[in-house]
Amino acid sequence: MLHLDGVSKQFGGLPALSEVSFSVPRGQLTALIGPNGAGKSTLINCITGVLQPTSGAVRLEGEEITSLPSHAIARCGVARTFQNLKLFERLTVLDNVLTGLTVEGGNSMMMAMLRLPYLRHRERRLKLRALEALDHFGLSDKAQWPASVMAYGDKKRLELARATVSQPQLLLLDEPVAGLNATETEAVACQLRRLRRAGQTLLLVEHDMELVMKLADQVVVLDSGCVIACGTPDEVQCNPRVLEAYLGRMDATA
Amino acid sequence: MTRYDKLLYFIRLHHTGLTVCAFSALLLLYPLVQDNPYTLGLSNLVAIHVIIVLGLNLFIGYTGQISLGHAAFFGLGAYGTAIGTVTFELAPWPTLVGVAALVALVALIIGIPTLRLSGHYLAMATLGCNSVVHTVMLQWDEVTGGSSGFAGIPPLAIGAFAFDDEVRFHYLVWTIALISLLLCLNLVRSGVGRGLAAVAGDETAAEALGVNTRRSKINVFVLSAVLASVAGSLFAHCYSYVSPDSFNIFVSTDLVIMVVVGGMGSIWGSLFGATFITLLPEWIDIFDAYKDLVHGGVLVLVLMFLPQGFVTGLVDLIKTRSALRRSRHATS
Repeated sequence: MLHLDGVSKQFGGLPALSEVSFSVPRGQLTALIGPNGAGKSTLINCITGVLQPTSGAVRLEGEEITSLPSHAIARCGVARTFQNLKLFERLTVLDNVLTGLTVEGGNSMMMAMLRLPYLRHRERRLKLRALEALDHFGLSDKAQWPASVMAYGDKKRLELARATVSQPQLLLLDEPVAGLNATETEAVACQLRRLRRAGQTLLLVEHDMELVMKLADQVVVLDSGCVIACGTPDEVQCNPRVLEAYLGRMDATA
Repeated sequence: MTRYDKLLYFIRLHHTGLTVCAFSALLLLYPLVQDNPYTLGLSNLVAIHVIIVLGLNLFIGYTGQISLGHAAFFGLGAYGTAIGTVTFELAPWPTLVGVAALVALVALIIGIPTLRLSGHYLAMATLGCNSVVHTVMLQWDEVTGGSSGFAGIPPLAIGAFAFDDEVRFHYLVWTIALISLLLCLNLVRSGVGRGLAAVAGDETAAEALGVNTRRSKINVFVLSAVLASVAGSLFAHCYSYVSPDSFNIFVSTDLVIMVVVGGMGSIWGSLFGATFITLLPEWIDIFDAYKDLVHGGVLVLVLMFLPQGFVTGLVDLIKTRSALRRSRHATS
């Protein structure tokens, strides 16, 4: 579904990504792991158009999306969450989820101002879908709260709800369990499993190895901007280059 | 469901529409109670300010941008109408529409480069535009009448019915204000409106949700300029006289103060802000010479204690309190 072909990104002269190539198969959960500073977030930003890759191509369903602006990529059906939450604090929980349906809400300002009956019906349908999404993540009783007063764990789930409500083709999750405790992590893991079962294609960036190894169909390991391993969780766990990247060179201490 | 429940449900479902209806009814009856031309003149000025502030609030409050130059669009509307109806002797209504279209074009031309900026830079750029427009009005004597102003603008009329006294003008100007209010209320309750709120919240996140942030900002800027232009035309017809001093940068800052005092991103707050700041000099007329000082003081107080503006700040406070109280109930 998503193919990366030799994606490189340089900040000034500093290479953050060099020749990253892998693909995310449809309906599977691909995990992207790597030590801090490996370039995982940069890669996500390159895929979603927040950053422009210096060279290489990103293809979604065979269509090149490399040079498209961020909002156009979103309209192709790529949704994401952010490492450090980017919720709209002043909007209610429900409105936050509804912003996830912006693409379907129409983009003609004139029509919006006239609020013709067809728009009113569409609004009602979108609202129902948003409430359903909130229900999935166990947040429906807080629908009218302002997002700013929610607990951190709830905010993480709210961001997931916002990203999934439009049923995107591809969902990019940037550290969805960072800073959560064991129970909350388990709850998110459940949700991810549910999405995976429903056939959602996912690309997951995560530091929590236990979670990654439990959920992923495919694991891609990034170190210093290069892909050093790619395979099933078991293969990756035994890969000497991966161990080296995480634990350091063995013979250096021996 | 009992009848009472049904009524409550109906009210909750249509609360916006019902509030607008109630407000319209109040305005309809107002001239019957209040026939003092001076007071009506004031409330007409409030309506003119409301039209501008509604648009400006969409731009500042909803979309999270800043403009210190909306008096320029207000002025362009007023002078456009003055020149169109007096110099070229065109019919007032088509002039109003035509001028609004021209101002939209001007706003588009200004907006495309300046809206790449944000924060202080955007404030400076819009302030600069206002200065330019003001200077042109002041210096281009042959066309604008220079500092002595431009007089003799005819009143608006439908057929033989001219809106030439305060009561008649009251109905005209408040009708247009109410239409603007409705349009803005509709906009913010739509997907497009939520996209705008997203732009104010976080541009990266908004883009990731499919909002074209650049185009949204330009659209709202143009919309707010059109509203300001319409208000300007009405202003010109109302006083039949315009002078450059009604459109200088201090007017722009007053408009921003109206937005902030009323509440960032609150359509109803715009009504409050425009009313409060327009009427403030009347209540404290001894301070007339220190008007700017008082406005500045009000702004500082509001920003210190309710940075989201008066109405929005209070509403947010109540919402947060009640949410927290409910969550405490749930845990205990």
